[in-house]
Amino acid sequence: MPAADGSAEEFRRRGHAVVVGASLAGLRAAETLREEGFAGTLTMIGDEPHEPYDRPPLSKQVLLGRTGAGDTLLPRRRALEARWLLGTAATGLDLAGRRVRLAGGEEVRYDRLLIATGTRARPWIKETEAALDGVLTLRTGDDAARLARRLDARPRRVLVIGAGFTGSEITSACRERGIDVTVAERGPAPLVGALGGVVGAVAAELHHAHGVDLRCGITVTALEGDPAGRLRCAHLSDGTTLEADAAVVALGAVRNTEWLAGSGLAAGPRGVACDAGCRAFDVHGIVTDDVFVAGDVARSPHPLFGYQFLSLEHWGNAVAQAEVAAHNMVSPGPERRPHLWLPAFWSAQFGINIKSVGVPPMGRELAIVQGSLAERRFAAVYGHQGRVIAAVTFDHGRWLPFYGRLIETAAPFPPDFAQVDRAPGGPRPIPAEFPDPALPTHGPTVTLSGYAPSERRVTFVPARV
Amino acid sequence: MDLNRCEAYAQCAFQAPDVFAMHGEEALMYEPCPGDERREQVMRAAASCPVQAILVEWPGGPAVPEGAATGARG
Repeated sequence: MPAADGSAEEFRRRGHAVVVGASLAGLRAAETLREEGFAGTLTMIGDEPHEPYDRPPLSKQVLLGRTGAGDTLLPRRRALEARWLLGTAATGLDLAGRRVRLAGGEEVRYDRLLIATGTRARPWIKETEAALDGVLTLRTGDDAARLARRLDARPRRVLVIGAGFTGSEITSACRERGIDVTVAERGPAPLVGALGGVVGAVAAELHHAHGVDLRCGITVTALEGDPAGRLRCAHLSDGTTLEADAAVVALGAVRNTEWLAGSGLAAGPRGVACDAGCRAFDVHGIVTDDVFVAGDVARSPHPLFGYQFLSLEHWGNAVAQAEVAAHNMVSPGPERRPHLWLPAFWSAQFGINIKSVGVPPMGRELAIVQGSLAERRFAAVYGHQGRVIAAVTFDHGRWLPFYGRLIETAAPFPPDFAQVDRAPGGPRPIPAEFPDPALPTHGPTVTLSGYAPSERRVTFVPARV
Repeated sequence: MDLNRCEAYAQCAFQAPDVFAMHGEEALMYEPCPGDERREQVMRAAASCPVQAILVEWPGGPAVPEGAATGARG
């Protein structure tokens, strides 16, 4: 049993690495394992029947009809020589016996395991309504194919439930195709959970400028079908009824951790807790040495953000964390690296490129340091306890690395650098207007989930079986 | 495409206009799996990207543009 004696070298030569989750994080981790000289057996387990594919184009090019939903396969960095178990969900984990249980009953033994099971779209809360023809979600390639076919059929009106990033990108694609859209958002503005109310107000203007029927402070109370089981209309919390041929539920994501219930890992609705080296914690808050975590399903402490555990549903995080996890899987203790990636993401909607670095929801205040909100072209810097904690740009992405360095060096907030095109005295901070975190909203891309899993305030709640 | 890296220099849209297009001033649209007849265009686009945001693989073996080979990402 190569890993039992803790010998990374033995594992590297002859071990069995099992990667559960065959999407971006799983693929990049597998490639990194091979890149770093892992010569053992590699098994890739994925619940979807498809080879690893890229998801960002699904809510953009694919919905616009420019790219087929099956045409977003991820480019490979190298050949893997792996055994692929696709269309096979992992259903359980036996930590003591080092075995992953599969849906078909088969068991796969591992020496070292990487958990990269990601998230899935949060389904509509009422099952019978979710089953109506015309009620859709968007997460997988198959979801995107279904939604693209729907849009090809020229629906008279689409209802988008939730104005986070996914919901807003779907809305944007519909409008670009000339399809009428109503958006129902529980919060006061689109993107408010991720970027706050000040920037959210600009997102709301974008919706209005593109002819979206945007309804904020509204929830959908029921979806109603006709006798044939087709969606007919939605009932809204303001008492009105809206006729729609399709409803896209864009209420964020659910982490795929149910299969780990009872395994003894610190896994729950907020993800699988791991250390900065991507090693999973068990329920006692003790780090394991042969189970690693990467991607959307991981939550790990970040030194730049007070060692708070962060869950990042970001494309770039999946890549960076997978690389660190794989490196650490084949490296002895002193050579292991921490995952210190600066959170970053992008979104294209209504012809605007929205980018972010850092953790905007930690910011209490923001300052517009370039451009202006009125032009919808700007860079906003977010502050937390007197330092720069995040930056968000609308069509100002080229300057983002500069703000990234401010975050990494804990530069003071409000920023004190000289600006050539601004009034003297520096930018004036204003409240960033994040909603009360106790109120649910949609589409935060960073979840702050407390400190160490062993801390008293954090309670382990096993997933409902 | 690593659009975290992309800074909208639009070199790819000049080199491979059938594959890459600016959508607005800064957002980039691209064809994720362009046909083999676009190979030369795409390789030129990948080579000309100032921030090396384009990763290319063709059937018959992965090909990584120079500079992106380490996979180090900001």
